[in-house]
Parts: sequence; structure tokens; C-alpha cells
Amino acid sequence: MKPIIKLLLEGGSLTTAQLAQVLKLSEADVNRQLEELKEQRVLLGFRPVLNLAHEDSGVVRAVIEVRITPERGGGFNRLAERISRFDEVESCFLMSGGYDLLVFVNGSSLQKVAAFVSEKLASIEGVLSTATHFMLRSYKEQGFMLDVKQEEADRLKVAP
Amino acid sequence: MDSSRYIAKHVVNLPKSGIRDFFEVVAKMKDVISLGIGEPDFDTPWHIREAAIYALEKGKTHYTSNLGLIELRRAISKYVEKTFSIGYRPEDEILVTVGVSEALDIAFRALVNPGDKVMFHQPCYVSYSPSITLVHGTAIPVPTYAKDQFALTAEALRAAWQPGAKLLVLNLPCNPTGGTCDRAQIEAIAKFAVEKDLLVLSDEIYSELTFEGVHTSIASLPGMKERTIYLHGFSKAFAMTGWRIGYACGPAALIEAMMKVHQYSMMCASILSQEAAIEALLRGEDAMKSMRDQYHRRRDFIVRRFNEIGLKCHLPRGSFYAFPDVSGTGLSEKDFAVGLLEAEKVAMVPGTAFGANGSGFCRACFATSYEQLIEASNRIERHVQSLAAKPRTPTGARG
Repeated sequence: MKPIIKLLLEGGSLTTAQLAQVLKLSEADVNRQLEELKEQRVLLGFRPVLNLAHEDSGVVRAVIEVRITPERGGGFNRLAERISRFDEVESCFLMSGGYDLLVFVNGSSLQKVAAFVSEKLASIEGVLSTATHFMLRSYKEQGFMLDVKQEEADRLKVAP
Repeated sequence: MDSSRYIAKHVVNLPKSGIRDFFEVVAKMKDVISLGIGEPDFDTPWHIREAAIYALEKGKTHYTSNLGLIELRRAISKYVEKTFSIGYRPEDEILVTVGVSEALDIAFRALVNPGDKVMFHQPCYVSYSPSITLVHGTAIPVPTYAKDQFALTAEALRAAWQPGAKLLVLNLPCNPTGGTCDRAQIEAIAKFAVEKDLLVLSDEIYSELTFEGVHTSIASLPGMKERTIYLHGFSKAFAMTGWRIGYACGPAALIEAMMKVHQYSMMCASILSQEAAIEALLRGEDAMKSMRDQYHRRRDFIVRRFNEIGLKCHLPRGSFYAFPDVSGTGLSEKDFAVGLLEAEKVAMVPGTAFGANGSGFCRACFATSYEQLIEASNRIERHVQSLAAKPRTPTGARG
């Protein structure tokens, strides 16, 4: 793994200047490396990890198990990509087991997610069935615990 | 009434740890970036904590065998054999202790007669010399030097040796210097120990955190197992400092002697810590290696920064401590550390807390986040530059 990727994973939210300092590169070099990673589609982007439970965000999330018909030549890919392109779809995975795709969906209300499933997703030719599970509560997102307060550790400031 | 007259003489004469002095100063300040902490910044991996919770739920709240749970001793035996190529019998060659600190203390109590001479290398962990004093032994410090990257050399041992010396304490990789010895150096030390008939107490608590080359335990060398007590624990590699759990391995007769002291004082290590330790040994390797890799990268960063700043710093081959030379600033290590703390709120521990020949150095623990290390190094840089800009004034004088 490239040092810059390791550092992005490990360092949390380091600024470009901080990345440059650790990697002993100029800021311009760091930016160039990040650009390269973007061009190679290794680095897809940055997004904040948020706990929206305390915001009046009105986001409804659901996980949908989707069974689809594989196609000659393309297998599941064409349909999977087609489904992934909807704005409502946050992530989409091909799975082993009892269904084919696991689709993570966001919507501003329960009705909107339901409408997406029944009108858009289920009606695609090749989609055999859907099973929608609404998320009730999130405990951990992207490696962050949500409702566990980061306690000010009572670590000693100096220890042998 | 002056109650202090009841205190035993050798305890009255025991110096207070230099670390504690410094702790008092730092504890009063707010928003300090501390590079003064001798422990991992990671919390214990969750699967280990979870094992302890499960043990508690299952009612594991009782004494264990004095030697420690046999499952733990079996796991230790396998781990030490696999990782460091030393074979110990779980039944009578392994003793589970309350951290390496207890193991060291009971080893001294089991082995040292009043006046017996104990050699150890310095700068070193703060407790060696006082622990020897507490058993009325005579401490013989052996210096290690920056020019050797603080590896212990057989020449230094020979120079410091005195007739009647009985024990040799090793701590490789070393707190506070990060110095360690390669195989050839260890072999030379082993040869010296055999020649002078020394029993070796080898505190190898930082051995997993060896960044260059392979850690060689002196006990793994031919003929050395029978004259070595191997001390190890979980604090550093598995981020388990607060659990206070470690172990001693060695010849059955010596382990039996240590066990006598242990059973009358500690009885046994906490059962919950023992259960957690089993989990660490059986399934903790991935988390441990991930932490080690992160320390490795942080070490490379902070050591490079110290050298850029003008504080000459050797590359510590193990542990999570850098030991930069601050004498170039014209200040003593203590004045430098206090000045840095007051001006920039960064804490490093003055090297003399680890023995007189830590003079001119400070210990910086790099087991902390990148953000903190970056910020600390920038503050140290600013401070060193401001010192260079100021006209020199003699220590203690007001400038």
C-alpha cells in the first residue's frame, strides 16, 4: 500500500500541510499524488462521517435484498450498475447466498423510499424480487461509535 | 508526633522518582501535549476487553493457582516458543505475575542477599535501582552511549564489573532510549555472563516492538536458558498497561523461589487480567502487529523531525521512545524540558529521570496520534529556534 494511502487511513483528518510534513513531501507533491489516486479511481472522494440522530435530518435509510436474473455475457454487472446509478442508492454489493444484490438506500421519508422500491427498483426488467429492511438506529458508522461518549481519558500525563 | 521517624532507613534514603517530580509540574498545566507517557495511546483491543467481561459474567471471580491459570501458562509457553524460540514447561517454569514490575521485584527478593551486586544498564527504567536498594543489594549501573545507539556492549559491562557481581539486568529494547542489541552483541553479553557466572534477569517487555531486524532473546542462546530469568508481559505489545499482567520464565528452582515470595505477597495475579491475557495470546496477533506498524511509522516521522529541528536523535530500533540529545541548545535536559513545557506546553521527560547518564537527553514517547506528534514537533521547533535567537545566559540566571 502506498504511504499516502496508509496515512489517509491512519491519520484521520490530517490537512494537506500535515500530510506533507509526515511524508516529507511538498504540499504540491501531496496534492499531485492525491490527484493521481483520483485519476486512477483509487481515491474516490472524502465525506464526513456524521451522526445525524441529533439533527432533524429527516433521512430514512433502508437495506434492500434484491434478486436479479443474470444475463448472458455480463452476468450481474449491467443490472447492478443500472441499479447503483439511482441517486437514492448509497452503496450496492453483489452477495453470495440467498439473494444477489444488497442495496443501501437513502430517502427523505419512508414514503419516498417505498416509492423508490416499488416504482423504480422492482419494476426494472430482470429484478425478480426485493426485500426491504428499514434501519431503526445506527450504532457504528465507518468505524466510529455513535452514542458512546469519547470519555476524556484519565490517563496520566507523565508515566514511567 | 513526627511519624516519619518510623520509616525504615533505606526507604527514607530512597530518592523520589524523577518522573514523579516532573509529573507534578505537568499535572498542574492545561492543554499540554504530552510525549511523557510511557504507555500505548491505544486502548486494549476490544476482543480482549470482551473476553474479560465474559469471564466476569461467567463468575470468574476467584483466586487462581499461585503460578497462574494453567491455560494461560500453556498459552505463554506456546507463544514464547513460537515468537522467541525459547521453550518453557507450563507446569513449573512459568509464573504469572502482576506485571513485569512485580516479576522483577520478586526476582530480586528471591535472589539477592544483602550486599549482593546487581548490574544493570543505564539510562534505564526508573525502578531498577530502587528495587535493588529495597532488597539491600548493591546497584552497579553500566553506561550505554548514544554513539552505540544505546546498545549495551560487553566492553562497557567489563569496565563496570566488580568482583562478586551476581546478577545482570537487561532491558532490550530499552525504556527510555529505544536502544537494543543485535545478535552478535547479545552473544557477547551472554559470553560475558558465562565468564563471570552472572544470572541474567532479562526484561523484554518491548520485544514485539522491534522495528529493525529480529529480536533476539538472550535466553534463546545456547547454554543461556539455565542462567536467565526471562521477564515479559502484555502491557506494551497488547496495550494492556492497566491490567497489570506479566510473567517470568526460568529454571524451575528459580521460579519456585520466586513463587514463594509471590504466594506470600501477591498470591496470584487478577483472574480477569489472566483471562484477558489468554485472549491476547490466542487471538491478539493481528491487532498487535497493526499497532506496531503504526508506532514504526510514527517513529520514522518524529525522529526525522528531531534531527531536522537540530536535536540530534538516533533511530531507536525498538520500544516507542525517542531519546533526542538536547545538549546542543546549551541547556541541561531539565531546563530544556521545563522551558519547553512553560513556553510551548509540550512535555518530554528529562533523561536524568532514568539515571545520571541520561544527562543531556530527553525522552519523547511517540505512542500518540499523528496530529499530536506533528503539532508537538512544530512547537519544539519553534522553541529551539527561539532559544537559538536568545543570547545565552547561565543556567538559573534571569535573561
